[in-house]
Amino acid sequence: MSDTTAQSGPMLAADGTPLKVSLARALRRQKLRALMLIAPLFLFIVITFLAPIGDMLFRSVENAIVPDTLPETVAVLADWDASSEEAPGEDVFTALHADLLIAAEEKTHTRLGSRLNYEMPGISSLFRKSGRKVDDMTPGNYKEQFIAIDKDWGNVDVWRTIKRFSGDYTAGYFLASIDAKIGHDGFEFVDEDQRIYLFLLWRTIVLSVAITLTCTILGYPVAWILANLPLRYSNLLMILVLLPFWTSLLVRTSAWIVLLQQQGVINDTLVAIGLVDDLNRLELMHNQTGTIIAMTHILLPFMILPLYSVMKTVSPSYVRAAKSLGANDWTAFWKVYFPNTVPGIGAGAVLVFILAIGYYITPELVGGTSGIFISNRIAYHISSSLNWGLAAALGVVLLSMILILYWVYDKIVGIDNVKLG
Amino acid sequence: MEAGAQDHIVRFENVQKSYDGETLVVKNFNIDIDRGEFLTMLGPSGSGKTTCLMMLAGFEPATHGEIYLNGQPINNVPPHKRGIGMVFQNYALFPHMTVAENLAFPLKVRGMSKADSDAKVKRALEMVRLPQFGGRRPAQLSGGQQQRVAVARALVFEPDLVLMDEPLGALDKNLREEMQFEIKHIHESLGVSVVYVTHDQSEALTMSNRIAVFNDGIVQQLAAPEVLYEQPENSFVAQFIGENNKLSGTVTAVDGETAQVTLKSTGDKVAALAVNCGGKGDETLLSIRPERIIIGDENAPNKMSGKVVELIYLGDHIRCRMEVGDSNEFIVKVPNSHAHAALKVGEVTPVGWVTEDCRALDMI
Ligand SMILES: Nc1ncnc2c1ncn2[C@@H]1O[C@H](COP(=O)(O)OP(=O)(O)OP(=O)(O)O)[C@@H](O)[C@H]1O
Ligand SMILES: [Mg+2]
Repeated sequence: MSDTTAQSGPMLAADGTPLKVSLARALRRQKLRALMLIAPLFLFIVITFLAPIGDMLFRSVENAIVPDTLPETVAVLADWDASSEEAPGEDVFTALHADLLIAAEEKTHTRLGSRLNYEMPGISSLFRKSGRKVDDMTPGNYKEQFIAIDKDWGNVDVWRTIKRFSGDYTAGYFLASIDAKIGHDGFEFVDEDQRIYLFLLWRTIVLSVAITLTCTILGYPVAWILANLPLRYSNLLMILVLLPFWTSLLVRTSAWIVLLQQQGVINDTLVAIGLVDDLNRLELMHNQTGTIIAMTHILLPFMILPLYSVMKTVSPSYVRAAKSLGANDWTAFWKVYFPNTVPGIGAGAVLVFILAIGYYITPELVGGTSGIFISNRIAYHISSSLNWGLAAALGVVLLSMILILYWVYDKIVGIDNVKLG
Repeated sequence: MEAGAQDHIVRFENVQKSYDGETLVVKNFNIDIDRGEFLTMLGPSGSGKTTCLMMLAGFEPATHGEIYLNGQPINNVPPHKRGIGMVFQNYALFPHMTVAENLAFPLKVRGMSKADSDAKVKRALEMVRLPQFGGRRPAQLSGGQQQRVAVARALVFEPDLVLMDEPLGALDKNLREEMQFEIKHIHESLGVSVVYVTHDQSEALTMSNRIAVFNDGIVQQLAAPEVLYEQPENSFVAQFIGENNKLSGTVTAVDGETAQVTLKSTGDKVAALAVNCGGKGDETLLSIRPERIIIGDENAPNKMSGKVVELIYLGDHIRCRMEVGDSNEFIVKVPNSHAHAALKVGEVTPVGWVTEDCRALDMI
């Protein structure tokens, strides 16, 4: 050792190349082989998962439909002063006529209409109507003819909207996802009674935290029993913990509907034993209570399993040592056992929280209106309103929020303190 | 309670223990441990040593019998009220605390002030010669250092009694010998009573005031190390402690202290100390230590003939394996001196022993 450290500079291999270089060369083949092994999975994930998700997230800023459908209009409109209180002149309407002719042919004008409708309600019908009639227009004097089809063509706000969203990219979806918009005077929040997403986001976080807490409180003792029972019994108990995984999520959620509804098993039982009046049955479903109860049940195994595997590694001799040193049962638990299981709580909490924050089916079925999550809104925009851009923007917001929370968690608890076993 | 019980810090009275309700792991355990004594429980794996220690520390209830600590029955006293220090086999240092916090733990739960506890922790660390390690985590210490911290933690709250369950089991031979010396030294300077568990007989012999040899849930013999080695009371102890030659035979006569035995394999008639051999006609196992065999002397008492099978040169002595009777595991330690002519493999030579060195014991 001493003779190699004595020489200055990097260590050299026998042939004079730096040791690091020749080591890297020697390991390259091995690394390549290892990479080949994971290549199929990697490709599979890239093609079926990462690429579609990337494409989907890209939609949150993509706005090509406007410049693609109205190329000439957009070009001419650039010269129009949006702060003027007057609709653009004849040149813009000439370009609009040319664009719309092609668009009506290719039937893309309705899609453009629904895109711009997100920004200004009413534009959709404007485009539909004009698309039908653009064929019948006579050359010249287009401005008049357009305004004759619909007087909204004379509305400055319509033209402002088109101009504002004439770029290839837009921040509109992201602003919408935080209840904001670029109005005439720049950034502003939408009207109080139209705000929904920030509130939903907040509720998603609060409910997810609540679910994580109940999972921790309920899961800790179970994990402890699992880890301390003789193997025969703990195996049986473990099967019971895993049992929910064997039934479909939908079935489990439906079972909770049967249990929780006002004429359901729980209410019937409470009424039968006289705890609850028949006329005042508890509302356990279609509200936040329902979401918390059902999701706690569904996510509990994700808390118990990491906790269990960490508790398994905590030697019982720690508690014994604490007691032999004079600690009573509580002190031995709180000062010695519990701190050693914190990594398990951390792992379980991260797992449960991240699963909860993106949950969809259960809140949809038992959450009612007050118990739904942001993901239900995303699903709505994907499948019902078809506003994929907004759905993508909401998804990005959700994702970045999780990353931020993860970062905060790392700062406070330290991600090294998370152990799955 | 009889008078004088106060001299014994611990007393086990007819203690039995069963885990499953079917087999007794500890069958009938009686022992008195003196104040300030270093008592070792020695026995093969599974013989119930840890179980006895756990009953004393309060982590396992005795199925039957009574345990006294300082003359008080403690069967119903919870572990944390017994005030017994304990060193665990795997040290059981709390991984989330520093060394100093580990040592301060027993003081803190006793409500000691920070200043007092800091002073004691410092002194305890000095005692085990780790004064500068207080800020480290247990995982940042070597095995031997962890072991010393564990000893310091068991002693820092000044208990009268410290239990150690194979504390050196995980260490290599050199370190183990060094630590044996250190523990012994600490025991002598503090005057605490120590109950020590090991299955390493040389460890037991070098450290203990007395050794309780365990087997099969009972104490086979409880005595000082030299007594155990030189006067084993039964064949298990003779076999377990040190090296031993055994020859089986039948008792033909018992005459006071001496028994006349006819060897099974050769029919030789020899004399031995009648220790535990029953009476005339009973089978017996003769036990002779290898260093007590007289070799190459035609006039030796109890003379038989043996054939040299193997010679191992060990510097100060030569270890000679011989065929005597039907046993070819008969070991003789020949001092490496001029008085002893060189032996050769295959040579037939007389072997014998002084009657007092040969003990007639029970058959196993
Ligand atoms: N918790 C337990 N449950 C059931 N049986 C046990 C338990 N602990 C120990 N035993 C059994 O009791 C017997 C004695 O065990 P013990 O741990 O006292 O042995 P030991 O002398 O300490 O052995 P070692 O030298 O290997 O540590 C063994 O047969 C063991 O299988
Ligand atoms: Mg043991």
